[in-house]
Amino acid sequence: MALLLLVLVPALGGLLALAIKSVRIDLGVLLAVAVLHLATAVGLWFVPSPPLGSLLALDVAGHLFLTITSIVFLVVALYAIPYVLHATHDPQAAPHLFVPCLLWFLAAMTLVTVSQHLAVMWAAIEATTLASAPLIYFYRKKSALEATWKYLLICSVGIALALLGTFFLGIAASGAGDGAPPLVLDALANAAPHMTRPWLKVAFIMALIGYGTKMGLAPMHTWLPDAHSQAPAPVSALLSGALLNCAFLGVLRFYQVVLASGDAAFARTLLLVFGFLSIGLAAVFMVRQRDYKRLFAYSSVENMGILAVGVGLGGAATFGAMLHAVNHSLCKAALFLLAGNVLRVYGTTTAGDVQGVLRRLPLTGVLLTVAFLAIGGAPPFGPFMSELVIFQSAIRGSEVWLGILFIALLAIAFLGMAGVLLPMLQGEGAADQLPVREPRLSVVTPLCLCVAVFVLGVFVPAPLSEVLQSAAVLLGGGHG
Amino acid sequence: MTADHADVVLLVLVMIDLFVVATSRIAAAIRASALQGFSLALLPFALASDGTPEHLAHAALIAAGVLLLKAVLIPWLLLRALRKVQIRREVEPFVSLHVSLLLGALLIGVAFWASAQLPAPRAGTPALLVPVALATLLIGFFIIVSRKKAITQVVGYLLMENGIFVFGMSLAREMPFVVELGILLDVLVGIFVFGIVIHHISEAFDHMDTHTLSELRD
Amino acid sequence: MIEALLHLAVLAVFPPLLVGVIGKTKAWFAGRKGPPLLQPYFDVWKLLQKGAVYSRTTTWIFRAGPIVSLAALLCAGLLVPLSSTSAPLAFGGDVIAFAYLLGLARFFTMAAALDTGSSFEGMGASREAAFSALAEPALLLALAIVSVPAGTFSFWEVFASLPWATWGAAHPEILVAVVVIFLVLLAENSRVPVDDPATHLELTMIHEVMVLDHGGPDLAYILYGSAVKLFLFASILVHLLVPGPTAAGLSGTLALCGGTIAIAVLVGVVESSMARLRLLRVPQLLIGASVVAAVGLVALFVRGQP
Repeated sequence: MALLLLVLVPALGGLLALAIKSVRIDLGVLLAVAVLHLATAVGLWFVPSPPLGSLLALDVAGHLFLTITSIVFLVVALYAIPYVLHATHDPQAAPHLFVPCLLWFLAAMTLVTVSQHLAVMWAAIEATTLASAPLIYFYRKKSALEATWKYLLICSVGIALALLGTFFLGIAASGAGDGAPPLVLDALANAAPHMTRPWLKVAFIMALIGYGTKMGLAPMHTWLPDAHSQAPAPVSALLSGALLNCAFLGVLRFYQVVLASGDAAFARTLLLVFGFLSIGLAAVFMVRQRDYKRLFAYSSVENMGILAVGVGLGGAATFGAMLHAVNHSLCKAALFLLAGNVLRVYGTTTAGDVQGVLRRLPLTGVLLTVAFLAIGGAPPFGPFMSELVIFQSAIRGSEVWLGILFIALLAIAFLGMAGVLLPMLQGEGAADQLPVREPRLSVVTPLCLCVAVFVLGVFVPAPLSEVLQSAAVLLGGGHG
Repeated sequence: MTADHADVVLLVLVMIDLFVVATSRIAAAIRASALQGFSLALLPFALASDGTPEHLAHAALIAAGVLLLKAVLIPWLLLRALRKVQIRREVEPFVSLHVSLLLGALLIGVAFWASAQLPAPRAGTPALLVPVALATLLIGFFIIVSRKKAITQVVGYLLMENGIFVFGMSLAREMPFVVELGILLDVLVGIFVFGIVIHHISEAFDHMDTHTLSELRD
Repeated sequence: MIEALLHLAVLAVFPPLLVGVIGKTKAWFAGRKGPPLLQPYFDVWKLLQKGAVYSRTTTWIFRAGPIVSLAALLCAGLLVPLSSTSAPLAFGGDVIAFAYLLGLARFFTMAAALDTGSSFEGMGASREAAFSALAEPALLLALAIVSVPAGTFSFWEVFASLPWATWGAAHPEILVAVVVIFLVLLAENSRVPVDDPATHLELTMIHEVMVLDHGGPDLAYILYGSAVKLFLFASILVHLLVPGPTAAGLSGTLALCGGTIAIAVLVGVVESSMARLRLLRVPQLLIGASVVAAVGLVALFVRGQP
């Protein structure tokens, strides 16, 4: 029951917000739903909810991603309050659909994390695309429209391929002997050892390509820089911090079935290939990137690659990947929110035109430095720990050269990011630009995220570690 | 109805695919996809081969859903969008229409070859199901990639979905009706959103050539 | 013996009626009364009475063209059975021979057109060459769809081995073959949407233009020959379409003639309801027909030969 409410309350909240014309009340509804959602998601750790038939249930991995989504959403909702209020003065903005679409977006992402039936999960992921498209087109600019179109078309095509993979899996399962099991994860995992191998393999490949498109794995990532950079800051934060994880969950569900069949070697190889390709391509495009929001978007591609590599390596690296999912979401959300602050004051996303952020926006500047160091993999922040775990796992295993390649690519990405951000942060700026007073919420929210990332870098609390461990075991890894 | 009748329907689907890939009239392409939806609605009956009342009822429900959505509502939405934008024809696409037809034929060949590599899905599936589904998918993808006008790309997306749906038909027994309906609805809403975005594109840019949407790049 | 004579008689007398039927159908659609059903007969008779004028720049090819083409078509007519008995000249490879006899007829028509030295006819000849090069694979592939399962290339045996009872559902490839052969019929007999027999505009003509310089008996042979070609295609279609073996002898032949009249009406309906395709689109139509026939053939193999 609680699971159904988790999905329905945001959905109904969206309808309510659509009906209400006042932006302030809409924002209130948004905040209320976000708080309720987080409370329920956290509460379910202590009081588990029974599954809803065979369609909805919360397993560890799903619950982990649900909690991440919920936390990011609440932070974004808080940030959005001054943001939207400021935007109502902008003639190019269209705020009336903002809150409803955000809430429907949350409902769809929640459904992805709680669904056990693969076709329901597919419908939910498609719903996230449809709910988030209007959000990207918040500012009615031609470039935003272009980004929205690419996002819609490329992601829909990718997700259609994932549906094909879902059907292939069903066909593979029907070859398992005693009739065909429903497309529910448990039943599929049970039938997996007897599935017809060719169909199973093609199913995983289709799902990897399809959901990988939505996740931002190269070479299907072409929509991501456009969409994440053109969208308004809170939406970018959600897209990078929450949605990409949910798409990854789609891939992971298929991976779970393949694991149960015992033939997971090819799947791991594919994950490694796509993962490294993503990290490499992103690193290359991050060097000399002219637009700082696109820079962060490519960083998302890179980090999704890291997640794929972590799961592909298996063992302790899977634990590292799960930890990295948490770290990346918190960190990237902070980065995009801070980028929103910079954009509001400087009015441009071109990095070359921005200078002296540390002087003009001191709080944002400091936080931006912190978040950049964090996402780049510097200690003592969270991403350093998770990337270290993955690197160590590669070195200790038989794939030493993979570990070295991993570090090298991450270093290139870090340097590329530094090359773009440091000139922005430093410098005098123009003489007439005084320090600007920043709305409290737009600074407090990234601050909380950065603090969390710092804490995770110093030590991982035991309950979290256990959760990450069980999630890793579910995905064929283990041992942190 | 038997599995052999299904083969007739599947061949009709392929012929419609070839028509869509070779035509330059967008309204004709949309109507052809409506005809495909209509043919798709006949498939559940052909595939409900063991004829128990509950399977037939299930088939009838799916057929009604497919008919309503793919043959009526979605083409109506697209034709409405087309009217608002007021274009009639696709300009010469990246690949000329003659070559498109030949490439479409090649893709059908590839689909037949690929389905020969995979073992048969399950007993009782018509032999043409996998090749035709793959062929429709590939041709739909080809249309998305090779056409310039946004509405034609959406028709290509529809073809892809039709091909995937044919696959889903062979699994009709395992899926609760609710889920299939959910999939159909998703596609419907998707087309709706596509239509709105196309409208915005034509208003902002005075045309619908998506290949000129190339401002964002590195 | 009697059957052979019957076959010859029907072949000699019946075909122009089909042209009349098409004309009447189109007139009915247009709300006119139209020319009488037997008008083609009157035209042929009238032309046979007239004398011919031959240009000094032409050679014997110009005179031979219509004669050879009519002879080839009549010969092809002797290969296609008109009932369930075999045709007078039936032999092992007559499907192929049929296609090549049509080709021979076409070749001589084109040669006669080129012989006039006029660029007008030359244009028609080149168009005809291009379009028939595209129509021929379609025809052969469609005939292959029915010939390959029968294991033979003789019309009579192919038609006898068609699986009558279940062909509609169990053998959808035959449906594909029927559609493709109908398209080839429209192309080869210069019907809309490939060519409009009613207009005589330079931009649109293909067959009309090739025969522009012939007069008198030559034109009569040409008119008659094109009627025979229409009749042959229509008979093949009737053989493929009618489920159940046509009876032997006279009743079978009469049934077949009735069927061809129905096909002629269908052609009239198609002509009245469509516009002629742009010349650039005709290759697409024909290539599409070939592709569809190829798909039908592949489907035949995928489903396993019956």
